[in-house]
Amino acid sequence: MPANLQLDANGNLRHFLTVEGLKRQTLTDILDLAESFATVDAQSVKKVPLLRGKTIANLFFESSTRTRTTFELAAKRLSADVLNINIQTSATSKGESLLDMLHNLEAMHCDMFVVRHADSGAAHFIARHVAPHVSVVNAGDGRHAHPTQGMLDMFTIRRHKGPDFGALRVAIVGDIMHSRVARSQIHALNILGVGELRAIAPKTLVPPEASALGVHVFHDMARGLKDVDVVIMLRLQRERMQGALIPSGSEFYQLYGLDTDMLAHAKPDAIVMHPGPINRGIEIDSAVADGEQSVILEQVSNGIAVRMAVMSMCLGRGPEAAGEGS
Amino acid sequence: MTTQPDIEHLLGAMATRLRELLAARGIGDPCMVGIHTGGVWVAQRLHELLGLGEPLGTLDISFYRDDFSRIGVHPQVKPSNLPFDVEGRHIVLVDDVLYTGRTIRAALNEIFDYGRPASVTLAVLVERGGRELPIQADVAGVQMQLEADQQVKLSGPDHLALTVQSHAG
Repeated sequence: MPANLQLDANGNLRHFLTVEGLKRQTLTDILDLAESFATVDAQSVKKVPLLRGKTIANLFFESSTRTRTTFELAAKRLSADVLNINIQTSATSKGESLLDMLHNLEAMHCDMFVVRHADSGAAHFIARHVAPHVSVVNAGDGRHAHPTQGMLDMFTIRRHKGPDFGALRVAIVGDIMHSRVARSQIHALNILGVGELRAIAPKTLVPPEASALGVHVFHDMARGLKDVDVVIMLRLQRERMQGALIPSGSEFYQLYGLDTDMLAHAKPDAIVMHPGPINRGIEIDSAVADGEQSVILEQVSNGIAVRMAVMSMCLGRGPEAAGEGS
Repeated sequence: MTTQPDIEHLLGAMATRLRELLAARGIGDPCMVGIHTGGVWVAQRLHELLGLGEPLGTLDISFYRDDFSRIGVHPQVKPSNLPFDVEGRHIVLVDDVLYTGRTIRAALNEIFDYGRPASVTLAVLVERGGRELPIQADVAGVQMQLEADQQVKLSGPDHLALTVQSHAG
């Protein structure tokens, strides 16, 4: 797939499909703009008129409550109209092809599709086939990417630890193999110039490309957490696991679960993150998830501002850019 | 480039006229709001000269502009910050240059999303012709007659200075 599929002729975001291959300036622009959108919360009318008259369709082929809700809230706070298409009951289950459905939505003058799909590459496929005026935002495709989650995590880190990622040591813990969130985080952290990036997981849950991406792999959690500034826990994705990748939930928790004793190996002011939904007692202890170092609920709030930034950047490119061929 | 008026003198005269106007309207404790970027600089000086009690508010009207579909959004939007409850308050809105009136329209919309002010008074450093909306300043530092291809710009923030640039040719 062409690397510049998500950029227009002027190098501006047209779609947001993956963090991979984007410039540091683009990521910084997203974070800066999100910072301004975060102040909309201070208004009694928590809305700005930026995307008035635009229509955004949420196409969730894979269920998700948090991500869909925050995308919907982000669109509504920008004054866009939102369509939530229930794929299970829509015409695709009557045999209509995916592309036919998309072309129908285009005929209804939708300006943006927010796509979540269990297959890697689904959002790219849709982006290649949409009309020139339509933007596509990837809300998670298979094991490949979840770029808005990756960016809201960067936003959360920057708010707590400042803009110098080079000074930070970040550890991602758990099921990295099946995690599109981890892939987007790794690309984003590398582009932002993180000081050191660690992956802590059993051998079976580390993807082979990890070291090529500059990630230091640890199989011992206590050693891996030593002196880190940010601990990112991942959800154990049992629904994506075929065969015996981990011996049992309790043994996994013994080795890779985060409780207060384990967290003591990280820096005293380390923040604990998790993309949700959390499995209490499987990868994280309630005392940590609800503890002082946890920023898990902030991540959810920050997701709205970051998604507002991505949506307004993709849809605000001027008529020259929007009218160009693809 | 022609010689430009002394800004400190203009600001002093604006403060005097604002004080008189607010007194005539019976407004004792107004809240001042500057529009980024030049309007904030002017507002900081007026806020100081009037010795206002409430902290200065700032607005970036980027999210309320009417030309988003033509020019998009600039990533370097500055956060808006109104450190007081707008509801029921008398607002003095400050900008550097009043031209088409579109910036003021956007600022009014944004202020009303924070609450319903009791009144809004508009003070600008420079008033030039070319209004496209029915918006006028209550207090203006100076009137300038400029051609459509001329632009007046305030530089700062340490030393405020006005320059007129021509885009002709």
